Amino acid sequence: MGTRQIELEVMRYNPEKDEAPWFQQYSVPCEEDWAILDALIYVKDNLDSTLSYRWSCHMMVCGSCGMTVNGEPHLTCKTFIRDLPDKVRVEPLENFPIERDLVVVLDDVMQKLQLAKPYIIRKDDPPPEDEEYPQSRAALKKFKQYTMCINCMLCYSACPQYGLSNDFIGPAALSLAHRYNLDSRDQGKAQRLDILADHDGVWECSFVGACSEACPKNVDPAAAIQQMKVDGTMEWWKQKFGLTGDKP
Amino acid sequence: MKHIQADIVIVGAGGAGLRAAIAIAEIDPEIEIALISKVYPMRSHTCAAEGGAAGVKLSDDSLEMHFNDTVSGGDWLCDQDVVEYFVEQAPRELVQLEHWGCPWSREDDGSVAVRPFGGMKKKRTWFAADKSGFHILHTLFQTSLQFPSIKRYDEFFALDLLHEDGRARGVVAMEMRSGCFFHFSAASVIMATGGAGKIFPFTTNGAIKTGDGMAMAYRAGVPMKDMEFVQYHPTGLPGTGILLTEGCRGEGGVLVNKDGYRYLQDYDMGPETPLGEPVFKSMELGPRDRLSQAFWHEQKKGNTVPTAWGDCVLMDMRHLGAQRILERLPMVHELAVSYVGVDMITDPVPVRPVVHYMMGGIASNIEGETPMPGLFAIGETACGSLNGANRLGSNSLTELLVFGKRAAAGAAAFAAENDYPREAPALLAQAEAIVARVRGLLQKSEGNESVAGIRGEMMNSLEEGAGIYRDEEGTEIACKKIAELQARSAAIKVNDKSNVFNTDLQGLLELQNMLDAAECVAEASNARKESRGAHQRMDYVERDDENYLKHSMAYRQPGERPRIDWLDVTITRSQPGVRDYSGDKK
Ligand SMILES: Cc1cc2nc3c(=O)[nH]c(=O)nc-3n(C[C@H](O)[C@H](O)[C@H](O)COP(=O)(O)OP(=O)(O)OC[C@H]3O[C@@H](n4cnc5c(N)ncnc54)[C@H](O)[C@@H]3O)c2cc1C
Ligand code: SF4
Repeated sequence: MGTRQIELEVMRYNPEKDEAPWFQQYSVPCEEDWAILDALIYVKDNLDSTLSYRWSCHMMVCGSCGMTVNGEPHLTCKTFIRDLPDKVRVEPLENFPIERDLVVVLDDVMQKLQLAKPYIIRKDDPPPEDEEYPQSRAALKKFKQYTMCINCMLCYSACPQYGLSNDFIGPAALSLAHRYNLDSRDQGKAQRLDILADHDGVWECSFVGACSEACPKNVDPAAAIQQMKVDGTMEWWKQKFGLTGDKP
Repeated sequence: MKHIQADIVIVGAGGAGLRAAIAIAEIDPEIEIALISKVYPMRSHTCAAEGGAAGVKLSDDSLEMHFNDTVSGGDWLCDQDVVEYFVEQAPRELVQLEHWGCPWSREDDGSVAVRPFGGMKKKRTWFAADKSGFHILHTLFQTSLQFPSIKRYDEFFALDLLHEDGRARGVVAMEMRSGCFFHFSAASVIMATGGAGKIFPFTTNGAIKTGDGMAMAYRAGVPMKDMEFVQYHPTGLPGTGILLTEGCRGEGGVLVNKDGYRYLQDYDMGPETPLGEPVFKSMELGPRDRLSQAFWHEQKKGNTVPTAWGDCVLMDMRHLGAQRILERLPMVHELAVSYVGVDMITDPVPVRPVVHYMMGGIASNIEGETPMPGLFAIGETACGSLNGANRLGSNSLTELLVFGKRAAAGAAAFAAENDYPREAPALLAQAEAIVARVRGLLQKSEGNESVAGIRGEMMNSLEEGAGIYRDEEGTEIACKKIAELQARSAAIKVNDKSNVFNTDLQGLLELQNMLDAAECVAEASNARKESRGAHQRMDYVERDDENYLKHSMAYRQPGERPRIDWLDVTITRSQPGVRDYSGDKK
């Protein structure tokens, strides 16, 4: 297999030493089938062990290795050398504070996932402990796509609204709320729609669809947000006219 | 050092740790839980599991059959009381996940669907397309968010166990973002740190699977059980080691050598089954150990296919058709396209055996208890002897749930019965010593060894000496090599002196842990002079029930080779017999 020399330009930042982030160049002999993550591992193992980044599964499912590659948010295990020019710039995800090198601070988005109340909420009892809820394939299909989110947060990095203000609850958390709202086993929609009523809910989204474009798992958070707006409006009317009894 | 007081500390927030945390929160919301994880919970490697989780579901199946498959699959090294409890609890736990929102795949009538899996006589593997572990992990993580008593410490790296008078008392951990040290004290500790596949060069395991919990327990004097049993998965992608789930073969994929011949029929797994009609427990649905061993022989005979990444065989799925592949196996389809450039709809995919799962681990029993009072171990880091000498695919995801819940009850009871002084000077001193050790590593300014260098040598020596086939000489060389690397690792200098997210330091700590796990694997492989399940000795080719129907127990002896003791296997109703993988045709 052939190798190709890639010039990596990697953002470095050590808060204990550096006043501002800076770029370091590494020249990496890449195998043709490598992803950017493999190039970073090469740097760590052979050129500079002080470089910090997150990774684990190397199979697009753990969501750790999101970074900005040549200006766009990507999973680096899924961004292949074969699709890139000889010079590649790697930076941390945008819209997040940098913790160290390519590692960003995720506290805010972790908090937001929690706000979505991402668990089954019931008014009625669930079935007995040895009985399943029946769920048709069609019913599963309704929300399945929104279960695919790996929490990589690329969508937040791409979102212009989140870039303006962290008050916006944002694409992945809204998709997650929507996922449970659509699940035939759940009865907690009214509670979750409360997060929309807040000023930082769904109404802040300006619908440029950058989140869905960035998403490596085809979750399509923009569609979730759109649908939730409709749901939110309906719920608002229902509550206004007392058509639902479950307002907490 | 900061001090955190909890009733129960759980180290690890993968499937096992999360299931335990939820169970404790449900038992009593007053119990304070500290859930420590070196990565955010949803990054845990449970997310990578593709195929599914086993539990009896259909009316033509029975607990008895699941028991028999598991015990014979494990080559009679399973503790049968554990297996009995497991098969009985399995369906309930899988339904529990269903109630929590797990998006299991469904049948036409709206019931949860099950698929066939290697070594299983009936369809009993619950699945969520080919992302079963991912959905299980996210369902558990999301469900856990509703319990305020679960206090998470994400991206905290646990360093070592604290213990006093032979009892577990807590752990010391390092917060990655600050480099600050935390002293967690608790009445009971649950280890749920996952496996150690990264000690081998080709593996389906993620970067985080470095055997940390095993090493922490081992250093604290707790024995490691059955560490010689390392499962190779027969169908990993060459190069990256990425897994192509057994579900591929469950759906009807076949393995062929360079001549297009389905070679498994030459290794006691025939007769050949019709294309696209897999037969339970035969040919491609034989157990993993047998399939991986067959590859080894084909390679020796020169029947493998040379590729840019080394010798492979081919997995042919073309006869399944695009629709079935894309509906049932969308992720593996994408993985093969991305990482080896092969579209399985039109071409066979090159595959090879890769290290997948550690049957061995921290010695534990049916309650998840270890020999150290107050210390519990669950999930892949534990060896509760469900899996014996060879784990059946799809039993381990269920194991996380069944024994996560059971150990939670035990840990909660232990915490309730055993009060303990909140301030213990002896423990403080122990914690200080652990911190001093780590600070010493960080401050060291001289040294001519590197983490990557020693790690590479460790991986190669295990693959050589303790791989699919082993013998006296090879295992002996591996044991010596690991001891040498342990000594040399003292000369590693950490270049990164920062306190903030220092992955150079973390890499060294993980390497030390891996070397401890590697020591146990090499030594136990050397000690077991028989062939059983995943442990195949070329110099002792037969199973030897007279001498080795026993668990190996490796005890650390600082500065010396570990002591290996033997513990009887618990047999309730199935006497050792022959493992038959001819699909009942013989
Ligand atoms: C690719 C792949 C596919 C698989 N497919 C299947 C399947 O289809 N069916 C099946 O039954 N099994 C499958 N398995 C096996 C199964 O997925 C694993 O055995 C299981 O998920 C392990 O879960 P766990 O909770 O024990 O560990 P993990 O999920 O690995 O979690 C370990 C946790 O411990 C934490 N941790 C580790 N060290 C430290 C430390 N020092 N300090 C703090 N925290 C720490 C980590 O952060 C993590 O949270 C598969 C395995 C792989 C690799
Ligand atoms: S919605 Fe897509 S981009 Fe956003 S976190 Fe989930 S997987 Fe990542």
